[in-house]
Amino acid sequence: MNEFAPTGLAARGLTLRYGERVIAEHLSLSLPNAGFTAIVGPNACGKSTLLRAFARLLLPQAGSVVLDGRNIAALPAKALARRLGLLPQSALPPDGITVADLVARGRYPHQSWLRQWSRADEAAIGTAMRATGTTDLGHRQVDELSGGQRQRVWLAMVLAQETPILLLDEPTTFLDIAHQIELLDLLADLNAEGRTVVAVLHDLNQAARYASHLVAMKDGAVVAEGPPGRIVTAELVETVFGLPCVVVADPVTGTPLVVPKGRKASVIDAPPSATPASVPAPADSSSAAGPAGPLNRPGSSCLARKPHHA
Amino acid sequence: MKGRALVLRLGRERVSLRFEKRGLIVGGVLAALGLLLAAFALTFGTYPIVVSGIVRALLGGGDEMARTIVVEWRLPRVALALLLGAALGMSGAIFQSLTRNPLGSPDVIGFSAGSYSGALVVILLFGGGYAETALGALLGGLLTATAVYLLAWRGGMQGFRLIIVGIGVAAMLSALNAWMIREAELQVAMSAAVWGAGSLNGLGPEQLWPVAVTLGLLLPPILLLAPAMRQLELGDDVARATGVQADRTRLGLTFLGVALTALATAAAGPIAFIALCAPQIARRLSGAGHVALVPSALVGGFLLLSADLAAQHALPVQLPAGVMTVSLGGLYFLWLLLREGRR
Repeated sequence: MNEFAPTGLAARGLTLRYGERVIAEHLSLSLPNAGFTAIVGPNACGKSTLLRAFARLLLPQAGSVVLDGRNIAALPAKALARRLGLLPQSALPPDGITVADLVARGRYPHQSWLRQWSRADEAAIGTAMRATGTTDLGHRQVDELSGGQRQRVWLAMVLAQETPILLLDEPTTFLDIAHQIELLDLLADLNAEGRTVVAVLHDLNQAARYASHLVAMKDGAVVAEGPPGRIVTAELVETVFGLPCVVVADPVTGTPLVVPKGRKASVIDAPPSATPASVPAPADSSSAAGPAGPLNRPGSSCLARKPHHA
Repeated sequence: MKGRALVLRLGRERVSLRFEKRGLIVGGVLAALGLLLAAFALTFGTYPIVVSGIVRALLGGGDEMARTIVVEWRLPRVALALLLGAALGMSGAIFQSLTRNPLGSPDVIGFSAGSYSGALVVILLFGGGYAETALGALLGGLLTATAVYLLAWRGGMQGFRLIIVGIGVAAMLSALNAWMIREAELQVAMSAAVWGAGSLNGLGPEQLWPVAVTLGLLLPPILLLAPAMRQLELGDDVARATGVQADRTRLGLTFLGVALTALATAAAGPIAFIALCAPQIARRLSGAGHVALVPSALVGGFLLLSADLAAQHALPVQLPAGVMTVSLGGLYFLWLLLREGRR
């Protein structure tokens, strides 16, 4: 699992559109090899669309997506699927399919009519299910699982595909906060094993915490990219999301933590004693909350989880 | 996972085959039941022949009378019931898989009605034989499929919209079919109406061979597309991200599914509900998490042969097999509608 060949995925002068609607124009972006890239931005900024273009689910009007210097449009479908795995935003399992069966479907690009079930298939499925903690769910039907379990099963399917590059479209949507962190930790592990992880995330703080490379998008264009510690500033958040905020250091990881100001003065008036002692005293630490603070309250401003298809 | 499947690996893993054990057992039992029923159907009738007589007749021995009845009359009909039932079962499996919905069967979404219209046009205008009727049925089915797809297309295909549109198109085509029969000359209209009830009456060796050969030609591409079809049930995004050429696969399967329906319609008229029921019965029996083609074919064959036997012998009057499948399948259809509606 460790030895993935060097890979590189990049967009070159992409113009993306749905029918008449232009989503992005002349967009160029290189995704760092073996990195953990998080793409963030407000609703409808084109981040999911860009991910679909990277996975060849959407063909660009102009420009190209390049994998190791080759245009992915020229690759055979199965060959591409052995390099690039995608976890879409909302996938519906067929009625009555079992977990083991669903995970096994990830092996499709490695299989053929005469090669239906190799030892490599078995090994990859076993590894994927162990990594996601779904081994014991094997015989269960996917319909009857909880949201968190279901998402792990879908991820297991993508892992069974054994691709050096993983694309994930809002993988934490519909998960509660504990399961969100669990999933992101898992992605970090996969990244540590050498896979390139590219995720569209809606939570800026989680993105800043887990990503090695952050891409901020607005109106179909890349506004800023780089290590989160360098690019996440109050100005950037204001520019991208239109949200007045302060940026403090995350009390656990030291990565940037965005704290929205909001309109309600009572939030800012909260007693400073609520601040945990371990905060490495940034400039505005008086307003810092815990890592799972008000940012994750459903319905709160632009950082809240959003419904389908932005 | 181990213990549920039988894996065969040959030639240093260049070939590896996998069979679900339950699927194999269910398939074996279904095939055995089908053959038993076929043997029973050969002995049964106004001129009963014992099993040893059947065997002798099939091997070319026995008396002339028995040989004619078995080889010329009963065998083609029994074989056609199995083959056409299998074609309908597979056609249903293909469209239920493509629409990801147990209601998405060709007899519900208008493809069967379209095949019937195509065949009717050929019969009424040209008084065609089997080949012409079959071609008309194929063209009618393909045209209907194209129309339904185009009407249901909204920048993407959604199974349920296709079904609703298909039901509407089916209703319009039924009206068209009724009108065509009403306008036709009495003689032609009578024969068209008899055939239109869906019956194996009067089918013989001259239909058996074309049907068997066509089915034999359609089978390999269908089985070749089966893995991609299963993958498409995960939705277009997942299927494409795992290396399925979604549009091409769907186009190929649609053509093959319509061809299967047309094959059956041209030979026996529109026989409803086999395509609707068989895949779901097969799925429940084999416990698979996907629509399975081969079990659907086996169940389809068994259902149509049972329906034909019942239609011939259950009541004092002979009924067309189509009447049998409509009355039994209609009950299932109602149950399915109620269940889907409640979701």
